[in-house]
Amino acid sequence: MYLAANGRPDAPPRLPGVRRRVPAAVLALGTVSLVTDISSEMVTAVLPLYLVLGLGLTPLQFGFLDGMFNGATALVRLLGGRLADRRGHHKRVAGAGYLLSALSRLGLLLAGGSAGGIAAALAADRLGKGIRTAPRDALISLSGPPESLGRYFGVHRAMDTTGALLGPLAAFAVLWATADAYDAVFAVSFCTGLLGVLLLALYVPAAPGPAAALPAAVPAGPRPPRPPVLRDRAFRRVLCASALLGATTIGDAFLYLLLLRGLDLPPALFTLLPLGAAAVYLLLAVPLGRIADRTGRRTAFLLGHGALLGAYALLLAPVCAPTVVGVLALLGVFYAATDGVLMALAAPALPAAGRAGGLAVLQTGQALARLLGAAGFGAAWTLWGQRPALWAAALALAGALAAAARILPAAPLPSPAAPPIPPVPEAP
Amino acid sequence: MNPPSPRLRLALVVTAVLLLAGGSLGYVLHARHRERPPGQQADASFTVEAPGLYFRDTAGGRIARQDGPGLPRVTGGPSCDRFHTAGSHALCLRKLPGVPARTEALVLDRRLREVRKVTVPGIPNRARVSPSGQVLSWTTFTTGDSYNTAAFSTRTAILDLRTGYLVKSVEQIPLTLGGARHHDPDVNYWGVTFAADDNRFYATVSTRGATHLVEGDLRAWSAKALRENAECPSLSPDGTRAAFKKKVSDDPRAPWRLYVLDLATLREHPLAEPRSVDDQAVWLDDATLAYALPGQDGRAGDIWSARADGTGEPALLVPNGSSPVRVG
Repeated sequence: MYLAANGRPDAPPRLPGVRRRVPAAVLALGTVSLVTDISSEMVTAVLPLYLVLGLGLTPLQFGFLDGMFNGATALVRLLGGRLADRRGHHKRVAGAGYLLSALSRLGLLLAGGSAGGIAAALAADRLGKGIRTAPRDALISLSGPPESLGRYFGVHRAMDTTGALLGPLAAFAVLWATADAYDAVFAVSFCTGLLGVLLLALYVPAAPGPAAALPAAVPAGPRPPRPPVLRDRAFRRVLCASALLGATTIGDAFLYLLLLRGLDLPPALFTLLPLGAAAVYLLLAVPLGRIADRTGRRTAFLLGHGALLGAYALLLAPVCAPTVVGVLALLGVFYAATDGVLMALAAPALPAAGRAGGLAVLQTGQALARLLGAAGFGAAWTLWGQRPALWAAALALAGALAAAARILPAAPLPSPAAPPIPPVPEAP
Repeated sequence: MNPPSPRLRLALVVTAVLLLAGGSLGYVLHARHRERPPGQQADASFTVEAPGLYFRDTAGGRIARQDGPGLPRVTGGPSCDRFHTAGSHALCLRKLPGVPARTEALVLDRRLREVRKVTVPGIPNRARVSPSGQVLSWTTFTTGDSYNTAAFSTRTAILDLRTGYLVKSVEQIPLTLGGARHHDPDVNYWGVTFAADDNRFYATVSTRGATHLVEGDLRAWSAKALRENAECPSLSPDGTRAAFKKKVSDDPRAPWRLYVLDLATLREHPLAEPRSVDDQAVWLDDATLAYALPGQDGRAGDIWSARADGTGEPALLVPNGSSPVRVG
């Protein structure tokens, strides 16, 4: 990861003052995410099996438990962003989120068969996940100069995805070694999660940029006014474009399902297809982040959605074996060119003191829009059938792309009251 | 608070890694050596030739027999997650360890020797043998067939021992719904029950958010929906009625009640069982049904019985049991 982040020797000369190295804070946050994702994906991989097979819940009850918390996460994210901005306590809020998720594994372990205990543990996990995301991304965005944010987010997302890939493998290894002892998976996940929290506490600087210092410098008294995040035109445009594009995203599960049905593949492959897309994402997150920094994040973000459109188009053609490779590759490109890039695109438009809250609004908007998109596609599939629904999705995405190209500001986003860039801590 | 020095930080991380890795390893080893019932074959003395009530003993996961209420249970059957037997064969579903989940469907003869073994994806759900023992069906829960990755869907297989022909998933059977051919990628079948002629069968189909009772024909390879909201049918020995679970509530904690449907008139009545039953009931005789419920007093599951005509009160038949089936 670190080698890739160092870039090619033949890269064009940098602007003076822009460091080529990835700040230690980004690497530390990436490591925390890597370790934490191993922990959380271990549980995600085995939870349905555990609940239905180990505890005898009906799949209906499982679906209810699972769905119950998904909506709440979006709101909690806003809360996490707000909390982090208020006093500049990004690290503390993110740390609380990580700790809550780690402790939720202990809850799963202790809950035994009690449905209430399991529901509480799942709720704690989602709460932790929701709280930590926005402050973490704000910390990354505050770790270095705005010119390099695409690369920083690329590094972070690549490390994050590495953890997500390793998690199920770790869970599988534990289940294999213990002949299906689900509690052992929870125990190992708990230990891994604690390590993530410790790494955050020890290695992530509390104040990586000027931001954390800003609100904290205000003495106790009248609360500083809420940063007018939504009043910023440039940010509003990014928000609109991302929500619009999100609403025309049909959800990966549908794409995998179309692949499986098109080729009549065994359903066991369903668990492997996402790994393929994640591997492409992992490989491309850093290079595409760099390219986005150089050629413009707006272009990268739009082209990333173009790749998704390409995946839809591939599925509209007769499905054959190479289609699987093509769709997975395009899906990986889509994530690599949009996920971290969107954060890098929006962050400079946000004042440092309102960054966590602003990013939270952006992430929540996108997540809700995607939920809407997936639900809409599900309904279209049921009403019209598979192909017409896919045609509709492709046309909607093409339209949204055209609109987003107009909405997104063409010029680089100005940083409101851009503070002088402080010396960036370097990786050792 | 000053940040700790790099050396101290490193020492803390190394200590934490050692402690946490040690803890993880310790727990894994503890879990590994814990007492757990291995997948066992039936003891030589245990067969399904003797009359009695056979069921899965939830304590050890092995099949046991009880010849009458209050009599001691005879143990020593194979380990199964689901079990059913009729006529010349028995069917035992076993979950294989590992991820993704796989299920082993063991076809056994009356002396519980293995006749055939089929491995399918998913978690064991329903097992049924036709009255003659020649046609078998099983259902597993699988993840991944559905729109939502976290949701479960079902796969139902039918095995005809007369021809050896195995239909791994009955999803492709031509289905008539509301008088018209129905095509939809979201159809799911589960809970097959066979008639005495080894040809007609009943099952549940779910599509577009509703469940239907379907009547199927193996030779003609066709199925037609009879009525809505009927899951996991179980055909009475005389072939005139089907017990089924009906969704009566949107509360996910207690969605179903057991009903009996008269197939000639399509009239239904509820059983005297007020609790939500998530099981494919079995007929002990033409007047009595048995089904599994979550256990009381810390038991994993109990088998209850109730009168098929809806009168009387449910009675606890076997504590600590599931997958009941009457032989003889």
